[in-house]
Amino acid sequence: MRKLSSDRMSELFERLDSLCPLYLPGEKDGAVSFVRYEQGVDYAVGALNTVRSAKDFFFPQVENIAAFRMTGKKIEILENQNGNEPFVVFGVRACDAASFSLLDQVFLSEPVDPYYRDRREAGTVITVACGEPDTSCFCTAFGIDPAEPKGDISVWLTDGFLYWQPRTDKGENLTENLTDILEECDGGEIKSYQDTIKTIANQLPLANLNLSYWENTDEKEIFASPVWDEIYKGCLGCGLCTFVCPTCQCYDVRDFDCGETVRKFRCWDSCMYSDFTRMAHGNPRKTQKERFRQRFMHKLKYFPENNGGLVSCVGCGRCVRSCPQGLNIVKTARRVSDD
Amino acid sequence: MPMNENGEFTPLIVAFCCNWCSYAGADLAGSGRLAYPAEVKIIRVPCSCRVNPTFILRAFQKGADGVILAGCHPGDCHYSTGNYYTRRRMTLLFSMLEYLGIEKERTRVEWISAAEGAKFAATMNDFAAKIHELGECKRLEDLRCK
Amino acid sequence: MQITKTIKKLVSEGKADRVFGWKKGELGFDTEPALFTEDFDSVVYNSLCGANLCKYMINETKKDGTVLLLLKPCDSRGLQLLTKEHRVRREKIYALGVPCRGKIDVDKISDKGIKGMIDIQENGDTLTVVTLYGEQTVPRQDVLYEKCLSCVGKEHVGCDEVLSPELSEDTTVNDRFAGVTALEEKNPEARFAFWRSQLSKCIRCNACRNVCPACSCVKCIFDNPSSGMDSKANADDFEENLYHIIRSFHVCGRCTDCGECSRVCPEKIPLHLLNRKYIKDIHKLYGDGDEAALLTFTKDDAEPSVVYERGEGHA
Repeated sequence: MRKLSSDRMSELFERLDSLCPLYLPGEKDGAVSFVRYEQGVDYAVGALNTVRSAKDFFFPQVENIAAFRMTGKKIEILENQNGNEPFVVFGVRACDAASFSLLDQVFLSEPVDPYYRDRREAGTVITVACGEPDTSCFCTAFGIDPAEPKGDISVWLTDGFLYWQPRTDKGENLTENLTDILEECDGGEIKSYQDTIKTIANQLPLANLNLSYWENTDEKEIFASPVWDEIYKGCLGCGLCTFVCPTCQCYDVRDFDCGETVRKFRCWDSCMYSDFTRMAHGNPRKTQKERFRQRFMHKLKYFPENNGGLVSCVGCGRCVRSCPQGLNIVKTARRVSDD
Repeated sequence: MPMNENGEFTPLIVAFCCNWCSYAGADLAGSGRLAYPAEVKIIRVPCSCRVNPTFILRAFQKGADGVILAGCHPGDCHYSTGNYYTRRRMTLLFSMLEYLGIEKERTRVEWISAAEGAKFAATMNDFAAKIHELGECKRLEDLRCK
Repeated sequence: MQITKTIKKLVSEGKADRVFGWKKGELGFDTEPALFTEDFDSVVYNSLCGANLCKYMINETKKDGTVLLLLKPCDSRGLQLLTKEHRVRREKIYALGVPCRGKIDVDKISDKGIKGMIDIQENGDTLTVVTLYGEQTVPRQDVLYEKCLSCVGKEHVGCDEVLSPELSEDTTVNDRFAGVTALEEKNPEARFAFWRSQLSKCIRCNACRNVCPACSCVKCIFDNPSSGMDSKANADDFEENLYHIIRSFHVCGRCTDCGECSRVCPEKIPLHLLNRKYIKDIHKLYGDGDEAALLTFTKDDAEPSVVYERGEGHA
């Protein structure tokens, strides 16, 4: 483990950015998002989670796949130049870091998604432990430890010091370039900081989310639960929860006609939308009830069944905070299991 | 920036012309041999009221540097009241575009009757001159269409 | 609670057979819109009931029976609009106005650096926020929704019954059009920079559209694959502009200024500044009439050139 005095953070950011582009949480017009570091950009140290999750770095909302140019009867295929340039993301929270392994299950299993894979290889993730977990957090319900975040490098920001722990080869390689400013230490100093986090995390109102009903009940029974008839009533059918969610991975592939060329791009899609699953014969999910049910069945039942019990939620609490009508995954999971 | 052989900026100007008045006005300008810039591309519409706000935005998206809408004089609409609706609609839309920081000189509405060939040519000359001054439209462009 | 009593009385009198209101959420302080057919004791109404419920009536009144709908003063304008546009069956609604003295924006409490909220207690003009890290007090006025700081009026419109109207307060501190005027006074470059910066945050979640009582099309143009306008993401700056210009234009002259669009935006884009621009223009050019401005005209309306002719940085 290594450490650095807190007042030298901007020096660290400068150094990181000189090695490869650095992104970190910063405030823009009242909302915190990952921004490119430059002088004058302040690291939003107090912000727990960005509005959008960190999945954008590997699975962006919009991504060009290819373009086609028509000249007479000839079609020319223009490959999309993928950004394989190395980059560093600082300030990813434990929940978002855990979401990457869920996305890996989807995009890195056969057939591998080359766009996602390239970005995963190019990116180095520096996580930061959550000193003050908030009411909406429930990552511990999924075995994620906010005091011990994963990633290529983990960072703890205590009073006065930044502690730095590389965890992967990528992390070690990056650290080698920074040995002159990061001094070695034994790491025992963060123990009490971690204990405080754990104490708070255990008191969080949503942390005791219990998913045993979902694990042990037949999917058809959950599917047919009468609770679905009531609980979706407040749902607006917007895509907010799916777009801020770090684990939602549905996308659509679309064409844009620019005159001479046609661009094929993919963009996030949302199971909450009325044209999701629309096929030639119509839409099998006709009302918001079916769409609403699908989202939670997928996260809490179908995904675990297909991925060795891994639940497709990391407890970041974004849906808890942002749903305009106060609906969220915890509420749904609890009500369906009558908890 | 699209240029002609002399290295001058050649804008793309879209003119939505009502079938009954302004389009006929353009015809009259043509048969009267009154010159107006070739940069003005006319799109004939059944009534100025047919133009909805997305037409204007789409024109800018596809590379227009200025959009002008020409219809019958208020009171003379072939369908009685179409252009009265146009008048309100475009006033509010153009005011919004200006509010969003789009140069207000890039949009215009003019009332040109079938008998006003000279007014048609003069309006288009004046409008095109303004767009030449402003240069390329950057604030409502779609980079994918470039 | 008086509301619960009234609800029970109205249901027992047969005025309605179910209730659309709010209930307590999963956290100590949130609320969610909910339909009640029994257990009217769990109907909650407090300063955290920010959501406007009138749009749910589009689906709810397609069913049999009568719904008792709880409405804040600004929500009642939404129901009036939906009724006028025949989007709801008004005879299937019993509209019960509930008093409002401004609603609390939990995000504004968080913005004060208060974390770990477990409960919010209200004592007059002060809020006590109970957190995992201790208790803090916040002046109520500081954390009201933007929409409440320029309240459209504390009077209910078109309700069948209004409960304790004397408890409603107009919480206005800012002139409704102050934000629009401030922008109008800037030069076009500054306005463009402002909106680019704001609209580039848009994640196109459509929450602003879906929550809006004026956005009641059966099939939205942005969802309709045959419209040529459907798109699921803002693939380009142009599309961010297009979506927000068209969305606000569709409600131009019909917007009730309930402020829901800005309330729901996860990226805190001040969408009310678009709607209020239209409202301000309409008031100035066409008067403060009842009719939707784009559905009518007068023979001596202003010419579109008024935009062209007014000076830079006008207000």
